[in-house]
Amino acid sequence: MRWRPRAPAGPQNRTLWFWLFVGPFVLGLLVFTYVPLGWSVYLSFFDAHNTVSPSREDFVGLDNYAAMLRDDAFTDSLRTFAVFTAFIVPATYALALALALMVNRLRWWQAFFRSVFFLPVACSYVVAALIWKMSIFNGVRFGLANTVLGRFGGEQIAWLSTTDPPWYWLVIVTVRLWLQAGFYMLLFLAGLQRIPPRLYEAAAVDGARPGWQVFRHITFPQLRATSVAVVLLLVVNAFQAFDEFYNLLSDARGYPPYARPPLVYLYYTALGQGQNLGLGSAGAVILALVIGVVTVVQARWFGLGRKEEV
Amino acid sequence: MWDALVRVGRALRLVLLLTLALLFLVPFYLLVRNGLAREEDITAPDWTFFPGEVRWSNLSELFQDPTVPMARALLNSSLIAVATTLGTLLLASLAGYGLARIPYRHADAVFYAILGTLMVPAAVTFVPSFVLVSTLGWISTLRGLIIPTLFSAFACFVFRQYFLGFPKELEDAARVDGLGYWRVFWRVVAPNSRPVFAAVGSIVFIGSWNSFLWPLVIGQDRDSWTVQVALSTFTTAQTVRIHELFIAAAVSVLPLLVVFLLLQRHIVAGVERSGIDD
Repeated sequence: MRWRPRAPAGPQNRTLWFWLFVGPFVLGLLVFTYVPLGWSVYLSFFDAHNTVSPSREDFVGLDNYAAMLRDDAFTDSLRTFAVFTAFIVPATYALALALALMVNRLRWWQAFFRSVFFLPVACSYVVAALIWKMSIFNGVRFGLANTVLGRFGGEQIAWLSTTDPPWYWLVIVTVRLWLQAGFYMLLFLAGLQRIPPRLYEAAAVDGARPGWQVFRHITFPQLRATSVAVVLLLVVNAFQAFDEFYNLLSDARGYPPYARPPLVYLYYTALGQGQNLGLGSAGAVILALVIGVVTVVQARWFGLGRKEEV
Repeated sequence: MWDALVRVGRALRLVLLLTLALLFLVPFYLLVRNGLAREEDITAPDWTFFPGEVRWSNLSELFQDPTVPMARALLNSSLIAVATTLGTLLLASLAGYGLARIPYRHADAVFYAILGTLMVPAAVTFVPSFVLVSTLGWISTLRGLIIPTLFSAFACFVFRQYFLGFPKELEDAARVDGLGYWRVFWRVVAPNSRPVFAAVGSIVFIGSWNSFLWPLVIGQDRDSWTVQVALSTFTTAQTVRIHELFIAAAVSVLPLLVVFLLLQRHIVAGVERSGIDD
Protein backbone atom coordinates (compact mmCIF):
# COMPACT_ATOMS: atom_id res chain seq x y z
CA MET A 1 0.00 0.00 0.00
CA ARG A 2 1.26 3.48 -0.81
CA TRP A 3 0.33 6.66 0.91
CA ARG A 4 -0.14 9.34 -1.61
CA PRO A 5 -2.08 12.27 -0.31
CA ARG A 6 -3.05 14.71 -2.99
CA ALA A 7 -2.16 18.30 -2.47
CA PRO A 8 -3.69 20.27 -0.94
CA ALA A 9 -4.47 17.82 1.81
CA GLY A 10 -7.88 18.16 3.41
CA PRO A 11 -8.33 19.03 7.11
CA GLN A 12 -8.75 15.35 8.08
CA ASN A 13 -5.57 14.43 6.30
CA ARG A 14 -3.75 17.34 7.81
CA THR A 15 -4.55 16.19 11.33
CA LEU A 16 -3.25 12.75 10.48
CA TRP A 17 -0.06 14.18 8.98
CA PHE A 18 0.43 16.51 11.91
CA TRP A 19 0.44 13.59 14.33
CA LEU A 20 2.68 11.51 12.08
CA PHE A 21 5.30 14.25 12.27
CA VAL A 22 4.82 15.42 15.85
CA GLY A 23 3.40 12.26 17.47
CA PRO A 24 6.60 10.26 18.09
CA PHE A 25 8.27 13.22 19.73
CA VAL A 26 5.28 14.07 21.92
CA LEU A 27 4.88 10.44 22.91
CA GLY A 28 8.50 10.27 24.05
CA LEU A 29 8.14 13.50 25.97
CA LEU A 30 5.05 12.13 27.70
CA VAL A 31 6.75 8.89 28.68
CA PHE A 32 10.16 10.28 29.65
CA THR A 33 9.30 13.68 31.08
CA TYR A 34 5.64 13.96 32.05
CA VAL A 35 5.29 10.46 33.50
CA PRO A 36 8.44 10.79 35.67
CA LEU A 37 7.21 14.17 36.87
CA GLY A 38 3.84 12.75 37.89
CA TRP A 39 5.47 9.70 39.39
CA SER A 40 7.80 11.90 41.38
CA VAL A 41 4.91 13.83 42.88
CA TYR A 42 3.16 10.51 43.69
CA LEU A 43 6.25 8.98 45.32
CA SER A 44 6.83 12.08 47.40
CA PHE A 45 3.71 11.22 49.46
CA PHE A 46 4.97 7.75 50.37
CA ASP A 47 7.56 6.21 52.61
CA ALA A 48 9.30 4.59 49.69
CA HIS A 49 12.61 2.96 50.54
CA ASN A 50 14.20 1.05 47.75
CA THR A 51 10.87 0.66 45.97
CA VAL A 52 9.07 2.56 43.25
CA SER A 53 5.62 1.10 43.89
CA PRO A 54 4.93 1.63 47.60
CA SER A 55 1.88 -0.04 49.10
CA ARG A 56 -1.08 1.84 50.51
CA GLU A 57 0.10 1.53 54.14
CA ASP A 58 3.20 3.48 53.25
CA PHE A 59 1.25 6.64 52.49
CA VAL A 60 2.63 9.40 54.67
CA GLY A 61 0.97 12.50 53.25
CA LEU A 62 3.17 15.56 53.53
CA ASP A 63 5.59 14.02 56.02
CA ASN A 64 8.40 13.80 53.46
CA TYR A 65 8.03 17.48 52.67
CA ALA A 66 8.06 18.38 56.34
CA ALA A 67 11.11 16.19 56.90
CA MET A 68 12.98 17.75 53.99
CA LEU A 69 12.19 21.29 55.07
CA ARG A 70 13.31 20.49 58.63
CA ASP A 71 16.46 18.76 57.38
CA ASP A 72 19.36 21.13 57.94
CA ALA A 73 21.42 19.45 55.26
CA PHE A 74 18.73 20.11 52.66
CA THR A 75 18.06 23.72 53.63
CA ASP A 76 21.82 24.22 53.78
CA SER A 77 22.03 22.92 50.23
CA LEU A 78 19.48 25.53 49.13
CA ARG A 79 21.58 28.17 50.83
CA THR A 80 24.67 26.81 49.09
CA PHE A 81 22.86 27.23 45.82
CA ALA A 82 21.89 30.81 46.66
CA VAL A 83 25.50 31.71 47.47
CA PHE A 84 26.77 29.96 44.36
CA THR A 85 24.24 31.82 42.18
CA ALA A 86 25.15 35.13 43.78
CA PHE A 87 28.74 34.55 42.67
CA ILE A 88 28.46 32.80 39.35
CA VAL A 89 25.65 34.77 37.67
CA PRO A 90 27.15 38.27 37.92
CA ALA A 91 30.66 36.95 37.26
CA THR A 92 29.69 35.07 34.09
CA TYR A 93 27.46 37.92 32.93
CA ALA A 94 30.24 40.48 33.28
CA LEU A 95 32.96 38.34 31.76
CA ALA A 96 30.82 37.20 28.81
CA LEU A 97 29.69 40.74 28.05
CA ALA A 98 33.22 42.11 28.33
CA LEU A 99 34.57 39.41 26.03
CA ALA A 100 31.81 40.03 23.49
CA LEU A 101 32.40 43.78 23.49
CA MET A 102 36.14 43.38 23.05
CA VAL A 103 35.91 40.69 20.39
CA ASN A 104 33.13 42.43 18.47
CA ARG A 105 35.26 45.49 17.63
CA LEU A 106 38.27 43.55 16.42
CA ARG A 107 38.97 43.86 12.75
CA TRP A 108 41.57 41.12 12.58
CA TRP A 109 41.82 37.97 14.66
CA GLN A 110 38.16 38.10 15.58
CA ALA A 111 37.57 34.46 14.63
CA PHE A 112 40.68 33.42 16.56
CA PHE A 113 39.68 35.05 19.83
CA ARG A 114 36.09 33.93 19.47
CA SER A 115 37.24 30.34 19.05
CA VAL A 116 39.64 30.47 21.98
CA PHE A 117 36.98 31.78 24.35
CA PHE A 118 34.39 29.32 23.03
CA LEU A 119 36.74 26.33 23.13
CA PRO A 120 36.09 25.37 26.80
CA VAL A 121 32.45 24.71 25.85
CA ALA A 122 33.78 21.52 24.24
CA CYS A 123 35.24 20.44 27.57
CA SER A 124 33.18 18.48 30.09
CA TYR A 125 32.73 19.42 33.73
CA VAL A 126 34.38 16.12 34.66
CA VAL A 127 37.55 16.92 32.72
CA ALA A 128 37.60 20.55 33.87
CA ALA A 129 37.14 19.47 37.48
CA LEU A 130 40.03 17.05 37.07
CA ILE A 131 42.33 19.81 35.81
CA TRP A 132 41.25 22.20 38.54
CA LYS A 133 41.41 19.63 41.33
CA MET A 134 44.60 17.81 40.41
CA SER A 135 46.66 20.39 38.62
CA ILE A 136 45.77 24.00 39.31
CA PHE A 137 44.39 23.96 42.83
CA ASN A 138 46.03 20.78 43.92
CA GLY A 139 46.63 20.06 47.58
CA VAL A 140 49.52 21.75 49.20
CA ARG A 141 52.69 21.37 47.20
CA PHE A 142 52.48 20.69 43.54
CA GLY A 143 49.62 22.76 42.18
CA LEU A 144 49.97 25.61 39.72
CA ALA A 145 48.14 28.07 41.98
CA ASN A 146 50.35 27.30 44.97
CA THR A 147 53.48 27.47 42.85
CA VAL A 148 52.50 30.93 41.63
CA LEU A 149 51.61 31.94 45.20
CA GLY A 150 54.97 30.67 46.38
CA ARG A 151 56.80 32.81 43.82
CA PHE A 152 55.18 35.86 45.36
CA GLY A 153 55.99 34.66 48.86
CA GLY A 154 52.42 33.64 49.70
CA GLU A 155 51.36 30.85 52.01
CA GLN A 156 50.45 27.48 50.55
CA ILE A 157 46.73 26.84 50.58
CA ALA A 158 44.77 23.58 50.69
CA TRP A 159 42.20 24.97 48.31
CA LEU A 160 39.46 22.38 48.44
CA SER A 161 39.53 21.59 52.13
CA THR A 162 39.92 25.07 53.58
CA THR A 163 36.53 26.20 54.84
CA ASP A 164 37.63 29.30 56.72
CA PRO A 165 38.02 31.33 54.60
CA PRO A 166 36.04 29.23 52.08
CA TRP A 167 38.70 28.95 49.41
CA TYR A 168 36.80 26.09 47.74
CA TRP A 169 34.37 28.67 46.36
CA LEU A 170 37.16 30.16 44.26
CA VAL A 171 37.81 26.74 42.72
CA ILE A 172 34.13 26.01 42.08
CA VAL A 173 33.31 29.40 40.60
CA THR A 174 36.34 29.55 38.30
CA VAL A 175 35.64 26.12 36.78
CA ARG A 176 32.16 27.10 35.74
CA LEU A 177 33.27 30.55 34.64
CA TRP A 178 35.86 29.04 32.33
CA LEU A 179 33.45 26.47 30.94
CA GLN A 180 30.44 28.65 30.23
CA ALA A 181 31.64 32.23 29.62
CA GLY A 182 32.33 31.51 25.93
CA PHE A 183 28.82 30.29 25.26
CA TYR A 184 27.23 33.42 26.71
CA MET A 185 29.79 35.58 24.90
CA LEU A 186 28.35 34.11 21.71
CA LEU A 187 24.81 35.12 22.69
CA PHE A 188 26.01 38.65 23.40
CA LEU A 189 27.86 38.78 20.08
CA ALA A 190 24.62 37.80 18.33
CA GLY A 191 22.82 40.55 20.23
CA LEU A 192 25.48 43.11 19.33
CA GLN A 193 25.17 42.29 15.63
CA ARG A 194 21.48 43.11 15.76
CA ILE A 195 21.97 46.66 16.99
CA PRO A 196 21.26 48.97 14.02
CA PRO A 197 24.40 50.93 13.05
CA ARG A 198 22.32 54.08 12.58
CA LEU A 199 21.91 54.30 16.36
CA TYR A 200 25.68 54.67 16.70
CA GLU A 201 25.79 57.17 13.86
CA ALA A 202 23.07 59.23 15.54
CA ALA A 203 24.98 59.10 18.82
CA ALA A 204 28.15 60.28 17.08
CA VAL A 205 26.24 63.20 15.55
CA ASP A 206 24.91 64.10 18.99
CA GLY A 207 28.49 64.21 20.23
CA ALA A 208 28.45 61.15 22.45
CA ARG A 209 31.99 60.06 23.12
CA PRO A 210 32.76 56.52 22.04
CA GLY A 211 33.31 54.29 25.04
CA TRP A 212 31.40 54.54 28.26
CA GLN A 213 28.71 57.00 27.09
CA VAL A 214 27.81 55.04 23.98
CA PHE A 215 27.83 51.81 25.95
CA ARG A 216 25.57 53.20 28.67
CA HIS A 217 23.03 54.90 26.47
CA ILE A 218 22.94 52.70 23.39
CA THR A 219 24.69 49.34 23.57
CA PHE A 220 23.56 48.26 27.02
CA PRO A 221 19.87 49.21 26.63
CA GLN A 222 19.80 47.54 23.21
CA LEU A 223 21.13 44.33 24.73
CA ARG A 224 18.25 44.17 27.21
CA ALA A 225 16.48 41.21 25.62
CA THR A 226 19.74 39.26 25.40
CA SER A 227 20.61 40.15 28.99
CA VAL A 228 17.28 38.87 30.28
CA ALA A 229 17.73 35.56 28.49
CA VAL A 230 21.35 35.21 29.63
CA VAL A 231 20.51 35.86 33.30
CA LEU A 232 17.59 33.44 33.12
CA LEU A 233 19.73 30.67 31.61
CA LEU A 234 22.53 31.33 34.11
CA VAL A 235 20.23 31.05 37.11
CA VAL A 236 18.48 27.90 35.88
CA ASN A 237 21.84 26.30 35.05
CA ALA A 238 23.25 27.24 38.46
CA PHE A 239 20.27 25.52 40.10
CA GLN A 240 21.19 22.34 38.28
CA ALA A 241 24.82 22.42 39.34
CA PHE A 242 26.00 18.90 40.03
CA ASP A 243 28.94 17.83 37.89
CA GLU A 244 31.68 20.13 39.13
CA PHE A 245 30.66 19.96 42.80
CA TYR A 246 30.55 16.17 42.72
CA ASN A 247 33.83 15.81 40.88
CA LEU A 248 35.74 18.47 42.79
CA LEU A 249 34.70 17.64 46.33
CA SER A 250 33.63 14.04 46.65
CA ASP A 251 36.15 11.27 47.10
CA ALA A 252 36.24 7.66 48.20
CA ARG A 253 35.13 8.72 51.68
CA GLY A 254 32.03 10.53 50.42
CA TYR A 255 31.15 14.19 50.23
CA PRO A 256 32.20 16.86 52.73
CA PRO A 257 29.35 18.57 54.62
CA TYR A 258 30.06 21.97 53.06
CA ALA A 259 29.34 23.22 49.53
CA ARG A 260 26.70 20.63 48.84
CA PRO A 261 24.15 21.92 46.31
CA PRO A 262 20.58 20.51 46.24
CA LEU A 263 21.15 18.06 43.41
CA VAL A 264 24.19 16.50 45.05
CA TYR A 265 22.22 16.11 48.27
CA LEU A 266 19.25 14.58 46.45
CA TYR A 267 21.56 12.24 44.58
CA TYR A 268 22.91 10.84 47.84
CA THR A 269 19.45 10.75 49.45
CA ALA A 270 17.64 8.96 46.63
CA LEU A 271 20.34 6.79 45.11
CA GLY A 272 22.87 6.50 47.92
CA GLN A 273 22.88 3.95 50.71
CA GLY A 274 19.35 4.52 51.97
CA GLN A 275 17.69 4.64 48.54
CA ASN A 276 15.02 6.81 50.06
CA LEU A 277 13.03 7.57 46.92
CA GLY A 278 10.11 9.15 48.78
CA LEU A 279 12.33 11.75 50.48
CA GLY A 280 14.34 12.26 47.31
CA SER A 281 11.19 12.88 45.29
CA ALA A 282 9.85 15.34 47.85
CA GLY A 283 13.16 17.20 47.65
CA ALA A 284 13.01 17.18 43.85
CA VAL A 285 9.48 18.60 43.90
CA ILE A 286 10.51 21.33 46.34
CA LEU A 287 13.51 22.14 44.17
CA ALA A 288 11.33 22.26 41.03
CA LEU A 289 8.90 24.61 42.79
CA VAL A 290 11.72 26.89 43.92
CA ILE A 291 13.13 26.99 40.39
CA GLY A 292 9.67 27.66 38.97
CA VAL A 293 9.01 30.55 41.35
CA VAL A 294 12.44 32.09 40.79
CA THR A 295 12.00 31.81 37.01
CA VAL A 296 8.53 33.37 37.00
CA VAL A 297 9.48 36.18 39.38
CA GLN A 298 12.57 36.90 37.36
CA ALA A 299 10.69 36.84 34.07
CA ARG A 300 8.12 39.27 35.49
CA TRP A 301 10.80 41.46 36.99
CA PHE A 302 12.74 41.85 33.77
CA GLY A 303 9.71 41.66 31.50
CA LEU A 304 10.75 38.59 29.55
CA GLY A 305 9.27 38.47 26.09
CA ARG A 306 8.66 42.19 25.97
CA LYS A 307 9.99 43.30 22.62
CA GLU A 308 12.37 46.18 22.32
CA GLU A 309 11.30 49.13 20.27
CA VAL A 310 13.98 49.86 17.77
CA MET B 1 45.73 63.87 21.32
CA TRP B 2 42.38 62.09 20.91
CA ASP B 3 43.84 59.84 18.22
CA ALA B 4 46.70 58.86 20.47
CA LEU B 5 44.29 57.99 23.26
CA VAL B 6 42.24 55.81 20.94
CA ARG B 7 45.38 54.05 19.80
CA VAL B 8 46.53 53.41 23.37
CA GLY B 9 43.06 52.13 24.20
CA ARG B 10 43.15 49.75 21.28
CA ALA B 11 46.58 48.45 22.25
CA LEU B 12 45.45 47.94 25.85
CA ARG B 13 42.42 46.03 24.66
CA LEU B 14 44.59 43.76 22.56
CA VAL B 15 46.94 43.11 25.48
CA LEU B 16 43.98 42.31 27.70
CA LEU B 17 42.49 39.99 25.09
CA LEU B 18 45.77 38.15 24.62
CA THR B 19 46.16 37.73 28.38
CA LEU B 20 42.64 36.36 28.71
CA ALA B 21 43.16 34.08 25.72
CA LEU B 22 46.29 32.65 27.37
CA LEU B 23 44.39 32.11 30.63
CA PHE B 24 41.64 30.32 28.72
CA LEU B 25 44.18 28.06 27.03
CA VAL B 26 46.24 27.18 30.12
CA PRO B 27 43.86 24.42 31.31
CA PHE B 28 44.10 22.74 27.89
CA TYR B 29 47.87 22.97 28.10
CA LEU B 30 47.87 21.42 31.58
CA LEU B 31 45.72 18.58 30.30
CA VAL B 32 48.22 17.69 27.59
CA ARG B 33 51.28 18.50 29.71
CA ASN B 34 50.23 16.18 32.54
CA GLY B 35 48.99 13.55 30.12
CA LEU B 36 52.39 13.28 28.50
CA ALA B 37 54.48 13.67 31.63
CA ARG B 38 55.99 11.14 34.01
CA GLU B 39 54.07 10.77 37.24
CA GLU B 40 57.07 12.20 39.17
CA ASP B 41 56.92 15.37 37.08
CA ILE B 42 53.27 15.96 37.88
CA THR B 43 53.69 15.50 41.61
CA ALA B 44 57.14 17.08 41.85
CA PRO B 45 57.53 19.52 44.77
CA ASP B 46 58.85 22.15 42.38
CA TRP B 47 56.19 22.60 39.76
CA THR B 48 57.55 23.62 36.38
CA PHE B 49 55.71 24.83 33.35
CA PHE B 50 57.54 22.38 31.07
CA PRO B 51 57.96 18.87 32.43
CA GLY B 52 61.30 17.12 32.08
CA GLU B 53 60.27 14.57 29.53
CA VAL B 54 57.47 14.13 26.98
CA ARG B 55 56.26 10.55 27.11
CA TRP B 56 54.06 9.51 24.22
CA SER B 57 54.09 5.97 25.60
CA ASN B 58 51.57 7.11 28.23
CA LEU B 59 48.99 6.84 25.48
CA SER B 60 49.61 3.18 24.73
CA GLU B 61 49.95 2.39 28.46
CA LEU B 62 46.50 3.83 29.00
CA PHE B 63 44.88 1.41 26.62
CA GLN B 64 46.89 -1.55 27.96
CA ASP B 65 46.05 -0.91 31.61
CA PRO B 66 43.38 -3.46 32.56
CA THR B 67 42.23 -1.44 35.58
CA VAL B 68 41.06 1.41 33.32
CA PRO B 69 38.23 0.37 30.96
CA MET B 70 39.10 3.23 28.64
CA ALA B 71 38.51 1.55 25.28
CA ARG B 72 35.13 0.24 26.39
CA ALA B 73 34.13 3.63 27.82
CA LEU B 74 35.15 5.38 24.59
CA LEU B 75 33.10 2.91 22.59
CA ASN B 76 30.08 3.39 24.86
CA SER B 77 30.35 7.16 24.69
CA SER B 78 30.68 7.10 20.90
CA LEU B 79 27.69 4.82 20.43
CA ILE B 80 25.58 6.87 22.80
CA ALA B 81 26.58 10.24 21.36
CA VAL B 82 26.07 9.17 17.74
CA ALA B 83 22.74 7.45 18.41
CA THR B 84 21.50 10.33 20.54
CA THR B 85 22.47 12.86 17.91
CA LEU B 86 20.87 11.00 14.99
CA GLY B 87 17.74 10.14 16.95
CA THR B 88 17.30 13.65 18.28
CA LEU B 89 17.77 15.16 14.83
CA LEU B 90 15.18 12.84 13.31
CA LEU B 91 12.52 13.21 16.01
CA ALA B 92 12.99 16.92 16.63
CA SER B 93 13.15 17.95 12.97
CA LEU B 94 9.96 16.05 12.12
CA ALA B 95 8.18 17.53 15.12
CA GLY B 96 9.52 21.00 14.40
CA TYR B 97 8.36 20.80 10.79
CA GLY B 98 4.90 19.54 11.75
CA LEU B 99 4.50 22.34 14.28
CA ALA B 100 5.70 24.99 11.85
CA ARG B 101 3.98 23.92 8.67
CA ILE B 102 1.02 21.54 9.08
CA PRO B 103 -2.13 23.43 10.07
CA TYR B 104 -3.83 21.73 13.01
CA ARG B 105 -6.34 23.16 15.44
CA HIS B 106 -4.46 22.29 18.62
CA ALA B 107 -0.96 22.88 17.30
CA ASP B 108 -0.42 25.77 19.72
CA ALA B 109 -1.42 23.67 22.72
CA VAL B 110 0.98 20.92 21.62
CA PHE B 111 3.74 23.47 21.16
CA TYR B 112 3.25 24.90 24.66
CA ALA B 113 3.20 21.41 26.16
CA ILE B 114 6.61 20.84 24.54
CA LEU B 115 7.95 24.26 25.49
CA GLY B 116 6.78 23.76 29.06
CA THR B 117 9.26 20.92 29.54
CA LEU B 118 12.08 23.40 28.88
CA MET B 119 11.00 25.10 32.10
CA VAL B 120 11.27 21.81 33.99
CA PRO B 121 14.99 21.47 34.62
CA ALA B 122 15.89 18.02 33.33
CA ALA B 123 18.13 17.36 36.31
CA VAL B 124 15.23 17.74 38.74
CA THR B 125 13.44 14.77 37.20
CA PHE B 126 16.41 12.44 37.57
CA VAL B 127 14.94 10.61 40.55
CA PRO B 128 11.64 9.62 38.87
CA SER B 129 13.38 9.06 35.53
CA PHE B 130 15.77 6.69 37.25
CA VAL B 131 12.75 4.96 38.77
CA LEU B 132 11.09 4.67 35.37
CA VAL B 133 14.19 3.32 33.65
CA SER B 134 14.77 0.80 36.42
CA THR B 135 11.13 -0.32 36.17
CA LEU B 136 11.68 -0.94 32.48
CA GLY B 137 14.76 -2.97 33.34
CA TRP B 138 17.00 -0.63 31.40
CA ILE B 139 19.63 0.07 34.08
CA SER B 140 23.16 -0.36 32.71
CA THR B 141 21.93 -0.81 29.15
CA LEU B 142 22.59 1.31 26.10
CA ARG B 143 18.82 1.59 25.66
CA GLY B 144 18.51 3.19 29.08
CA LEU B 145 21.36 5.56 28.36
CA ILE B 146 20.06 6.61 24.93
CA ILE B 147 16.29 6.45 24.54
CA PRO B 148 15.18 8.70 27.43
CA THR B 149 17.52 11.45 26.21
CA LEU B 150 16.18 11.55 22.65
CA PHE B 151 13.32 13.97 23.23
CA SER B 152 14.96 17.37 23.38
CA ALA B 153 12.45 20.22 23.59
CA PHE B 154 15.32 22.59 22.87
CA ALA B 155 16.12 20.89 19.53
CA CYS B 156 12.44 20.79 18.58
CA PHE B 157 12.11 24.47 19.38
CA VAL B 158 15.13 25.42 17.27
CA PHE B 159 13.83 23.38 14.30
CA ARG B 160 10.35 24.92 14.55
CA GLN B 161 11.78 28.45 14.59
CA TYR B 162 13.98 27.61 11.63
CA PHE B 163 11.21 26.01 9.54
CA LEU B 164 8.90 28.97 10.22
CA GLY B 165 11.43 31.05 8.32
CA PHE B 166 11.98 28.51 5.53
CA PRO B 167 10.97 29.99 2.11
CA LYS B 168 7.47 28.74 1.40
CA GLU B 169 7.81 29.11 -2.38
CA LEU B 170 10.17 26.13 -2.54
CA GLU B 171 7.65 23.89 -0.81
CA ASP B 172 4.73 25.23 -2.85
CA ALA B 173 6.47 24.30 -6.08
CA ALA B 174 6.89 20.73 -4.83
CA ARG B 175 3.31 20.70 -3.58
CA VAL B 176 2.05 21.63 -7.04
CA ASP B 177 3.96 18.65 -8.37
CA GLY B 178 1.76 16.49 -6.17
CA LEU B 179 4.11 15.73 -3.27
CA GLY B 180 2.64 15.28 0.21
CA TYR B 181 4.06 16.64 3.44
CA TRP B 182 6.27 13.60 3.94
CA ARG B 183 8.04 13.80 0.63
CA VAL B 184 8.19 17.58 0.57
CA PHE B 185 10.01 17.34 3.89
CA TRP B 186 12.52 14.72 2.79
CA ARG B 187 13.10 15.89 -0.77
CA VAL B 188 12.91 19.65 -0.51
CA VAL B 189 13.05 20.92 3.06
CA ALA B 190 15.60 18.65 4.74
CA PRO B 191 18.23 18.78 1.96
CA ASN B 192 18.03 22.58 1.98
CA SER B 193 18.38 22.83 5.75
CA ARG B 194 21.79 21.23 6.24
CA PRO B 195 23.22 24.11 8.31
CA VAL B 196 20.55 23.90 11.00
CA PHE B 197 20.91 20.11 11.14
CA ALA B 198 24.67 20.54 11.56
CA ALA B 199 24.21 23.19 14.24
CA VAL B 200 21.67 21.28 16.32
CA GLY B 201 23.56 18.04 15.71
CA SER B 202 26.85 19.38 17.01
CA ILE B 203 25.23 20.96 20.06
CA VAL B 204 23.44 17.69 20.87
CA PHE B 205 26.63 15.69 20.26
CA ILE B 206 28.67 17.88 22.61
CA GLY B 207 25.93 17.73 25.24
CA SER B 208 25.63 13.97 24.99
CA TRP B 209 29.38 13.30 25.06
CA ASN B 210 29.82 15.55 28.09
CA SER B 211 26.73 14.56 30.04
CA PHE B 212 27.48 13.13 33.43
CA LEU B 213 24.58 12.84 35.87
CA TRP B 214 22.39 10.60 33.70
CA PRO B 215 25.16 8.14 32.74
CA LEU B 216 26.32 8.13 36.37
CA VAL B 217 22.85 7.18 37.57
CA ILE B 218 21.96 4.72 34.79
CA GLY B 219 25.33 3.22 33.86
CA GLN B 220 25.99 1.28 37.03
CA ASP B 221 27.94 -1.66 35.66
CA ARG B 222 31.53 -1.08 34.74
CA ASP B 223 30.76 -2.27 31.21
CA SER B 224 28.23 0.50 30.66
CA TRP B 225 30.42 3.36 31.88
CA THR B 226 30.81 6.31 29.58
CA VAL B 227 34.10 8.19 29.36
CA GLN B 228 32.89 10.85 31.78
CA VAL B 229 31.77 8.31 34.37
CA ALA B 230 35.00 6.35 34.04
CA LEU B 231 37.09 9.49 34.51
CA SER B 232 35.01 10.61 37.46
CA THR B 233 35.26 7.23 39.13
CA PHE B 234 39.03 7.43 38.98
CA THR B 235 39.19 11.07 40.08
CA THR B 236 37.10 10.43 43.16
CA ALA B 237 38.60 7.06 44.01
CA GLN B 238 42.21 8.03 43.30
CA THR B 239 43.25 4.51 42.50
CA VAL B 240 44.64 5.29 39.07
CA ARG B 241 48.01 6.67 38.24
CA ILE B 242 47.66 10.41 37.77
CA HIS B 243 49.38 10.78 34.40
CA GLU B 244 47.09 8.06 33.06
CA LEU B 245 44.08 9.94 34.31
CA PHE B 246 45.23 13.04 32.44
CA ILE B 247 45.99 11.29 29.18
CA ALA B 248 42.57 9.63 29.42
CA ALA B 249 40.94 13.03 29.93
CA ALA B 250 42.87 14.44 26.97
CA VAL B 251 41.73 11.54 24.81
CA SER B 252 38.14 12.18 25.92
CA VAL B 253 38.27 15.81 24.83
CA LEU B 254 39.82 15.09 21.44
CA PRO B 255 36.69 13.92 19.56
CA LEU B 256 34.85 17.04 20.61
CA LEU B 257 37.64 19.33 19.53
CA VAL B 258 37.50 17.69 16.10
CA VAL B 259 33.71 18.11 15.90
CA PHE B 260 34.10 21.61 17.20
CA LEU B 261 36.76 22.70 14.71
CA LEU B 262 34.96 21.11 11.76
CA LEU B 263 31.55 22.53 12.60
CA GLN B 264 32.45 25.71 14.44
CA ARG B 265 30.73 28.04 12.01
CA HIS B 266 27.53 26.05 12.20
CA ILE B 267 27.59 25.94 15.98
CA VAL B 268 28.00 29.70 16.11
CA ALA B 269 25.26 30.21 13.53
CA GLY B 270 23.03 27.72 15.32
CA VAL B 271 23.40 29.40 18.69
CA GLU B 272 22.77 32.78 17.12
CA ARG B 273 19.75 31.51 15.25
CA SER B 274 18.27 29.47 18.05
CA GLY B 275 16.29 32.51 19.09
CA ILE B 276 16.89 31.90 22.78
CA ASP B 277 18.11 35.45 23.13
CA ASP B 278 15.16 37.01 21.34
